[in-house]
Amino acid sequence: MAADAASDVVCAVRDLVKTYPAVRGRRGAPALPETRATDGVCLDVRRGEIFGLLGPNGAGKSTLVRQLTGLMRPDSGSVTLLGHDLVRHPERAARLLAYLGQESTALDELTVALAAETTGRLRGLGVRPARAERDAVLEELGLTAIAGRPLKKLSGGQRRLACFAAALVGERPVLVLDEPTTGMDPVARRAVWAAVDRRRAQHGATVLLVTHNVIEAETVLDRVAVIDQGRVIACDSPAGLKARVSGEVRLELVWRTAPPLEVPEVAALAPAAAGAGRRWVLRLASDEARAAVAAVTGGPAFAALDDFTLATPSLEDVYLALGGRTSKGLVKS
Amino acid sequence: MNTTAAGVLAPQARLLPALAAVYRAQLSRARVSRIPLLFVATFQSVGIMILMRGVVDGGSEARAVVAGSSVLVVAFVALNLLAQYFGQLRASGGLDHYATLPVPPASVVLGAAAAYASFTLPGTLVTAVFGCLLFGLPMGGLWILAAVVPLAGAALAGLGAALGLLAPRQELATLAGQLGMSAALLLGVLPPERMPDVIVWARDLLPSTYGVEAFARTFTPHPDWAAVGLDLGVCGVVGVLSLAVATWAYRRAAVR
Repeated sequence: MAADAASDVVCAVRDLVKTYPAVRGRRGAPALPETRATDGVCLDVRRGEIFGLLGPNGAGKSTLVRQLTGLMRPDSGSVTLLGHDLVRHPERAARLLAYLGQESTALDELTVALAAETTGRLRGLGVRPARAERDAVLEELGLTAIAGRPLKKLSGGQRRLACFAAALVGERPVLVLDEPTTGMDPVARRAVWAAVDRRRAQHGATVLLVTHNVIEAETVLDRVAVIDQGRVIACDSPAGLKARVSGEVRLELVWRTAPPLEVPEVAALAPAAAGAGRRWVLRLASDEARAAVAAVTGGPAFAALDDFTLATPSLEDVYLALGGRTSKGLVKS
Repeated sequence: MNTTAAGVLAPQARLLPALAAVYRAQLSRARVSRIPLLFVATFQSVGIMILMRGVVDGGSEARAVVAGSSVLVVAFVALNLLAQYFGQLRASGGLDHYATLPVPPASVVLGAAAAYASFTLPGTLVTAVFGCLLFGLPMGGLWILAAVVPLAGAALAGLGAALGLLAPRQELATLAGQLGMSAALLLGVLPPERMPDVIVWARDLLPSTYGVEAFARTFTPHPDWAAVGLDLGVCGVVGVLSLAVATWAYRRAAVR
């Protein structure tokens, strides 16, 4: 069983370390201390799964992904992708995976069609196959109508979708997507996940996804590694992670104006409340939460209450429960 | 973990098809965004020739001015704009796109350089024809531009790409491109007869000089074709060298 699981590992990362040197302060740029952006990361990504890296901005997700795609050399540790040592042979990454980075500057001035076709050609396709795949991918993602427009002239979400299309031309067994749905509307997002699922079903494609979107992580990922300050602080399925905090529920209170601290029950909740101003977020055991809801909806506090929600924990709660330092960079939409 | 056979590597993109794809993409970019700049480059050279018309009165000086102004268009686009392009691409992370595709570095650099250089041809031709009319020079030798533009273009584009890729910051890439263009302007357009020795040496170091010289020689009644060939040969060698440096710089910039 263990051997089976191991043989199905597409990407194995062991003890990966990357440290950015300290930066001296300059005019207009403050000095930065030495930063350990990747701090002893170990991961196993299995064949055919959508594996996520979740963490707030600055957690080290993109740095980690750059090392997995051969764009950056780690200081130490190993990355094995489909049996190839990417630390020794970073150039092989381009022949094994397709990468969608956060930047589109290389494609910005091209039309959608030419961006997709050129990328396919540079992935080694001949002219005809590149054009055929271009047409198929643009059709699949609903981009045919805007195929003749330059990326620069498109909205952020459309541009992102066009870059995603370029990443799909020239089939690869592994897709590495760095925040692919940023700025997209729900229709475009659905197109992205449908395209990913199709490649998974038809070719057994493996997807490594970077995201700071909690809702997206919960809905599309098979397994997720939670990253904080360059370290993997947990790695499991979203449901498995949430089970770790299953005893807790999340209570959100929104006050009309200032919180009515003169009510003793409210004052008692105040130390446990996170959040700002009128909005309080509390993580409580379920019986405590029930008591708190009774208190704020029954007594004089109710007059000051604008809205409240009671919910089972999300990955954001998991992140905080695991000792994540800040949830500010995590997005729920 | 080692129980699986290593995954199949997709084929690498071959040099020439990849070069053609980059060239085509870059040329389409140029059509969208660089045409106004080509006008600027051409008008700049035409303006310089009109200015020099008041000072220079035929002879070798007129030949140097027309040849220098024509090659200046190449310097403006191939050196200055390409340095800016690669500087911007590197600073914004756009190089990641190419670095994660199995494409030979030379294809990216040569494709971009060739697109920029060939894009300068119409501007160079307009400038040269205008200069010939202005100074009364024969136009029979203008065909040499078909050799001068690619060769000087290769040398200058390689230089521009290398500057853009090696500059630690985007602003420095822009600055280096501008300075290189200024050097091509001062050292290429002004007739060398009036320059002090030090400046003449600097002029000899600039790759565009040989393109200018080769072009200027063809205006004489009986051109010295051996000298023209030698000048173009120097241009070509410098072109190969500077493109090799640019390719090395690309490799260095792509994997940090």
